[in-house]
Amino acid sequence: MNYWPLLGIALVVIGFALRFNPLLVVVGAALATGLLAGLDFVAVVEALGKAFNDNRYISVTWIILPVIGLLERYGLQQRARAVIENLRGATMGKLLTVYLLFRQLTAAIGMKDIGGHPQAVRPLVAPMAEAAAEKSHGKLAEDDRQKVLAMSAATDNVGLFFGEDIFFAIASILLIQGVFESYGYPLTPLQLSVWAIPTAICAFIIHGWRIRALDRKIGRAPAEAGA
Amino acid sequence: MITYEWLYVLAGVFFAIWSLLSLRDGRWGNASFWGLLAASFFFGSHLSDFANGVLVLAMVAIAGTGALKRSDPETTSIEERRDYSKVLGNKLFVPALIVPITAVAGTLLYNYTPLKETGLFEARRETLILFGVGVLIALVVAMAWLRPPALAPAEEGRRLLDSIGWAAILPQMLAALGAVFALAGVGEIIGGVAGDIIPDGSVFLTVVVFALGMALFTMIMGNAFAAFPVMAAAIGIPLLVETYDGNPAVIGAVGMLAGFCGTLMTPMAANFNIVPAALLELKDQNGVIRQQIGTAIPLWLCNVAIIYVGAFLLWN
Repeated sequence: MNYWPLLGIALVVIGFALRFNPLLVVVGAALATGLLAGLDFVAVVEALGKAFNDNRYISVTWIILPVIGLLERYGLQQRARAVIENLRGATMGKLLTVYLLFRQLTAAIGMKDIGGHPQAVRPLVAPMAEAAAEKSHGKLAEDDRQKVLAMSAATDNVGLFFGEDIFFAIASILLIQGVFESYGYPLTPLQLSVWAIPTAICAFIIHGWRIRALDRKIGRAPAEAGA
Repeated sequence: MITYEWLYVLAGVFFAIWSLLSLRDGRWGNASFWGLLAASFFFGSHLSDFANGVLVLAMVAIAGTGALKRSDPETTSIEERRDYSKVLGNKLFVPALIVPITAVAGTLLYNYTPLKETGLFEARRETLILFGVGVLIALVVAMAWLRPPALAPAEEGRRLLDSIGWAAILPQMLAALGAVFALAGVGEIIGGVAGDIIPDGSVFLTVVVFALGMALFTMIMGNAFAAFPVMAAAIGIPLLVETYDGNPAVIGAVGMLAGFCGTLMTPMAANFNIVPAALLELKDQNGVIRQQIGTAIPLWLCNVAIIYVGAFLLWN
């Protein structure tokens, strides 16, 4: 077997590690992989062009940016913060745990488009989490603030990934079904999707615990760092 | 029938406006980058594969030389925003909710009523098309209510877009890389390697290699969908299901979720990990991944345990 195409994977890893522009890394890896597999240059460029063109729907979602930007111009983020500031007993830990559960449950009934980074995390979840953290711990050190924002995005991802497969009519379940069927193992989507539930529960417990741990850690930080 | 082609024209219009505004701003790099993306949306379906490939290479050249810069269109100050948010109150959330509600409620309404028989939308494309409809409705509502300067939505959108920069097309580019990997047979090679390192006779270790293969291959491809058929063909079906007589539903479902743990740990899953770091203006491009590793690793261990218990101990 020709193992040379794997060099493309190595290029991706090295390129990302050395912090080259990821687009350059990806295209460089694609060209190298194709050429090492014995394809000619034109065929690789064609494959790249066709796949880029076929996947345009991925980048369509940016058309939401004017809506979010316009609302931010009129104080959407500030409003999201104010809601949390006025909520008694709101902590970052509780807020993100509730969002995690909300994201898992809505994804589990097929509503995976209800959250997401441009439309929910940036304008709403992240400012709310930051406001809640400041409410309990006072003004955050920049490092802690970055962690809270990153944890908000992480919570959206974890909630989505480990909720969506409980819904039986989702692409990944259909893919599993298709692969097993082609090997002579007919499975129903429901048989597969119930087995997403144990992992979903583990995800809620583990990530929920980590959210609380971050909240506690920030609470301890001023005493330790003295700042 | 409304198809993705309509959405592509709509997106093309948005990116063309952003390109023109960048040009007016004297940002040549941004103008040409977003202009090329607009061209891809308008004409991509009519261009040859090679022409599309050249377009991709041109965009990468622009981004790779650092010609894509952040922009700073005129906007409101933090103080003004605070005042607006007090005056406008929680109604500010309404236009933001229009988009997901149109997409979700519209999809349900379309699929579970006779509307589906009208064939208004291209099959299985209704959610994204309704997302586009939701964006237009939200824009009209927000414009009518807030009465901002006419160019405000375009300029505010451009500010956000330029803060994301090249990362905006990274997810699409990674999908293209996946296609080239598939063409070059990378999946079969990895499946072969994974199949070769399996220790004989140990069900538990085979489960571990299967789940590890799912996570690692997903990290490489940025997507568990690419990893799943390969690992299922190399280990999941021939060994776990056929040799060791495991429950195929558990192996399939939880094997995929072991792959999702890999998605949490890789910059290759750009739309989940790199794009939000840009959107939230994090200093560390991998900041989101750093917060996810501590969840992904224990959760991966849980998946190994669930496969071992669910597919073997409880099944036999």
